[in-house]
Amino acid sequence: MSLKTAAAGGNVKHHKEPLFHLVKRTDIATWKKWLIRIVTVAAALLLSGIVCAVLTDGSNFIGFYEQLFRGAFGSTWRIQVLFQSWAILMCISLAVTPAFKMRFWNIGAEGQTLIAALASVTVIMYLGGKVPNAVLILVMLAASILAGAVWGAIPAIFKAQWGTNETLFTLMMNYVATQLVLFSVNAWAKDGSGTLGVLNYGSFDGLFGLEYIQNVVFVTVLTVIVFIYLKFSKHGYELEVVGESVNTAKYIGINVKKVIIRTMIFSGVMCGFAGFLLVGGSPTPTVNGTLVGGRGFTAILVSWLSKFSPVAMVFVTLLVVFLERGSSQAANSMRLGDTAAFEDIVVGLFFLLIIACEFFINYKVKFRKKEGK
Amino acid sequence: MFLTFLRNAIRFSTIFLFGSTGETITEKSGHLNLGTPGIMCLGALGGCVGSRIYLNSIGSDPALINGFSAVMTGVIFAMIFAGLGGLLYGFLTITLRCNQNVTGLAITTFGAGATNFFITYVDRTGFNYLAAKYTAPISPASDWFSSIFLSHGVLVYSAIVLALIVAFVMKKTRTGLNLTAIGENPATADAAGINVTGYKYVSCVLGGAVSGLGGLFYIMDYLYGSWEYSIDAMGWLAVALVIFSVWKPNWGILGSILFGALYILPTYAGVNFSIQELVKMVPYAVTIIVLVITSIVNRRESQPPAALGLSYFREER
Amino acid sequence: MDKTIALELRHITKTFGEVVANKDVNLELYRGEILSLLGENGSGKTTLMNMISGIYFPDEGHILADGKEVVIRSPKDAFALKIGMIHQHFKLVDVFTATDNIILGEHMPPYSVKEEGEKIIAEANGIKPVKGNEKFLWGLKLGLKLTALPFIKLGKKIKFDYLSKSRSARIETIAAKYGFEIDLKKKIYDMSVSEKQTVEIIKVLYRGAEILILDEPTAVLTPQEIDKLFAILRRMRDDGKSIIIITHKLNEVMAISDRVAVLRKGEHIATVNTAETNEKALTEMMVGEKVDLNIDRAEPVDPKDRLTVTDLTVVNRDGIKALDGVSFTARSGEILGIAGIAGSGQRELLESIAGLQKTAGGDIIYFDPAKEDAAVDLMQKTPVEIRDLGVRLSFVPEDRLGMGLVGNMDLVDNMMLRSYQKGHSLFVDRKNPKHLAEDIVGRLHVNTPGVRTPVRRLSGGNVQKVLVGREIAAAPTVLMAAYPVRGLDINSSYMIYRLLNEQKEKGVAVIYVGEDLDVLIELCDRILVLCAGKVSGIVDGRGAKKEEIGLMMTKLHGGENGATEEAL
Repeated sequence: MSLKTAAAGGNVKHHKEPLFHLVKRTDIATWKKWLIRIVTVAAALLLSGIVCAVLTDGSNFIGFYEQLFRGAFGSTWRIQVLFQSWAILMCISLAVTPAFKMRFWNIGAEGQTLIAALASVTVIMYLGGKVPNAVLILVMLAASILAGAVWGAIPAIFKAQWGTNETLFTLMMNYVATQLVLFSVNAWAKDGSGTLGVLNYGSFDGLFGLEYIQNVVFVTVLTVIVFIYLKFSKHGYELEVVGESVNTAKYIGINVKKVIIRTMIFSGVMCGFAGFLLVGGSPTPTVNGTLVGGRGFTAILVSWLSKFSPVAMVFVTLLVVFLERGSSQAANSMRLGDTAAFEDIVVGLFFLLIIACEFFINYKVKFRKKEGK
Repeated sequence: MFLTFLRNAIRFSTIFLFGSTGETITEKSGHLNLGTPGIMCLGALGGCVGSRIYLNSIGSDPALINGFSAVMTGVIFAMIFAGLGGLLYGFLTITLRCNQNVTGLAITTFGAGATNFFITYVDRTGFNYLAAKYTAPISPASDWFSSIFLSHGVLVYSAIVLALIVAFVMKKTRTGLNLTAIGENPATADAAGINVTGYKYVSCVLGGAVSGLGGLFYIMDYLYGSWEYSIDAMGWLAVALVIFSVWKPNWGILGSILFGALYILPTYAGVNFSIQELVKMVPYAVTIIVLVITSIVNRRESQPPAALGLSYFREER
Repeated sequence: MDKTIALELRHITKTFGEVVANKDVNLELYRGEILSLLGENGSGKTTLMNMISGIYFPDEGHILADGKEVVIRSPKDAFALKIGMIHQHFKLVDVFTATDNIILGEHMPPYSVKEEGEKIIAEANGIKPVKGNEKFLWGLKLGLKLTALPFIKLGKKIKFDYLSKSRSARIETIAAKYGFEIDLKKKIYDMSVSEKQTVEIIKVLYRGAEILILDEPTAVLTPQEIDKLFAILRRMRDDGKSIIIITHKLNEVMAISDRVAVLRKGEHIATVNTAETNEKALTEMMVGEKVDLNIDRAEPVDPKDRLTVTDLTVVNRDGIKALDGVSFTARSGEILGIAGIAGSGQRELLESIAGLQKTAGGDIIYFDPAKEDAAVDLMQKTPVEIRDLGVRLSFVPEDRLGMGLVGNMDLVDNMMLRSYQKGHSLFVDRKNPKHLAEDIVGRLHVNTPGVRTPVRRLSGGNVQKVLVGREIAAAPTVLMAAYPVRGLDINSSYMIYRLLNEQKEKGVAVIYVGEDLDVLIELCDRILVLCAGKVSGIVDGRGAKKEEIGLMMTKLHGGENGATEEAL
């Protein structure tokens, strides 16, 4: 009988035990966590260097790292660009964080930012030169924030009311926004070129005597605000409860629908602010379909990898921007081809590895004890 | 005019159809692969590499090109490259249990970047001869019927046949039953003795490989062997199409033709550029409407797989 | 009786994090027997069985099937050994029909090309001709037959993979054989609990299981259904199958099993023959040292009506009445027990009062002691509205970490759940919750590294102390507790009883939903019995008979029922 059973099954291997199995870690020492992460970042850099070396017949392995630093910190201007980029990415990363903490998968930051930028430009198009600059900028700010809020609120309302899948909804909203921008730009560009040149009004760059770094200042202030909001405000506490357990939230009388919509409006407002900075904070205000340039998606990765902590986000954003600027310079100086694409490869590698390394922080691989047989 | 429009709509729909059939296979196992645009790019890159290798093997002599082996090489390489993208996604989300959305987005960044970057390293001279093999119609367009339905290249029909096969497998076979069970309730499927991890891997890799064919079609048929980066928007439309067709590839055939028609409609409608962009918005808007309606109607059969987006860890307590 | 061992567990140990679920467990199962696995909630019964059915993998120890060591790494391996488990939480795919759930994961009957080939060759060798021409034809025929084999296998595979209309034929045979009544085309999401269980049982039978494990199968069944189930189990035993039934109901153990294995706190205490033991001895083994169930019960002091529920009706998502015309009164200084089979409407009742459940009709009136017992209508109010009306209602829900507390938050933040809304500040106050958390940890002896530890890291008893502590700290006038001692050890349970009694003595109207009738009878002043969403009676806790309540739980009283209610 026993033989027959085993033969019929065919899957049961006697005396062979699984080599290892996974156990969820309850806790891990902080230094170990950071060691894993630092090793991963180093591995990502090493891999990028190898890619670069292979492409240049092995001649440029060390040169890659030199160019990486040169691209990011090589001159005052480059440092300024670095921090400008940091400000925008940081702003969008902060924007998506409250929603993520609530387990609302808003991957529509790209569209929310873009529609806000469009709102800013619309204001410039119709009011530019007709009202004082200060008024213009205030109206731009209001319009951007409103646009971002509306773009964020729409999926939130449907999610709250009918449980509509927010991941797919917000994703689609990105492209609705892109098409609206292309529609507007084509409508405005009377020459038929389909592009909008630099606008003469609406830039507040240098308005406060803070050339180049004013966006950095704004975003730093915003970082502090978001930090306090998440950690010490009642709203922050409520959205965390909703994220952890909707049942608990209902049990203590939180209006879950209200919190979802409110939080997404807040996220949208911050994306709106990022859109405003992209237009008004630039010395050359304009809008086009790729103005946000995927930063809405990068921000999601940044927020996730920072574990929704604004403090960690400051550094993760800096690292990502450093990699972007540096690898772009490396590709440029070594004539590797499409610089933007090379940037994507390096940053993509970095993200993939750092996502993978979280596994070793969350799980322990347990090997089966060897026993005498 | 209308004939050409309909004909091109069907042709263009192939990109979406491959993409969405692949994404459906993956999503059925409970994995929302937002890396699909990147994976479709990788398919295009694979198609390029395969075509180059093929041309080199025959000494780049246009006269020696054999239609079958030329297309097959492209298909195989596109599927390998895209399949590797799917495998990477699968490894991260199945074995390492990383967050699916985050992993998918990172793959899109990486895949699009790698394709745009490395495709410039591929010498594409002679690709126009190859492209002719992809676009070669099975019957010349002599009347309206053959013009619309019979004048396409082989990949167009492959996409439709593939979608029908996948739809059949999903609905009528145990394989499909098992896969659906995994996407709905992996713990149950596991308890029933189904190899959950194995199925998930196969569906991620196969889904990626099928999506990649969309990229191959885009570059070798639609663009006649040249390269122009606009496939990410099409990748997202493929993801949208999965929702639009409520996870049924056979409905996806009609959906893809509708999307294709809407995508190219502006150029035929004789409207100005700005209105064209507005018309291109319609597929996204329509998808949103479908998403909203299915969630309001809340019919069990038209919902996303219940475990979509969740990692499965058996020893969870 | 045939006494061959079907399955043997040796020194099985399993831990989850720091919790030891099973420790050095040894167990034998014979062919053709029904073995009861007895133990309190949380004694590790289900974990142990999950290791046999391949859901978990043991940390240490060995499993032997038919005397050979086996590795059960997945449910697939378990099936191959003809082990089938019917889980307490049904493992069914909602969008599938019963048929598709039953055939899910089924394997093709084995077909080996090599074996078939050898068979054909052997057969052909028997008629091997000698003459040249015939020999050639013979060879050709044999060759063709052998070449066809892989294709036959492929054909069989495809045929098997196809979901034919006749796929339910064998299921129908099994259902008819055991007398199951089931619509195989019905989708699971349309099914009742007992229908779902039927599907689960047929599924395991369909797989041809020789060893069946049933995890608390009777909890969701009516007495008639239980009798039917037991009849089937006996028939299967007589058929030579081995059955393990997990339960904590002693009468069922005595009625159905041949032997009883007792687990306590993850350890195997003993295995005895049912015929040679009795309920009292089993209880002692189950709970350890003889425990006096003497729960203190003071006489209610000056009971006043605090909460009146009249004709409360709740209709659930499927359109079935989860509560049907429920009426009762909870009084101050009294513990009102609520008894009933799991899922008789207990959850809906408490959640309706707490403002978490949509109701279809009836009245809920609260009499506010702060306003000289002025009546306050609580119908269709949200939790916030109830609180704003000044109603001091505390609720210890059944799902502690899913509803009462947030597992990933620390003790302080969990205290804040109740208090954070106070005041008009935009910011939260963590100072008072911290004091409260420290106070509860000290007073209720919560075993925790500190008040900043996430509650999910605490053990079940400590989690419950935190939850009950917080709810009591709100100084309630009505305290509702759903299964507050489920999964708790004896000491923690007694602490909870003591806390409830303290509240009662303070004049709080306590509503206690319990499953253990002995506890209900000793703790509560009055016991309301629910059956299928209806009140089948309210009895006095002091004179109540266990059998009487048990009977009321399973069937509604007749005409005299109204009289009982009136009298109270």
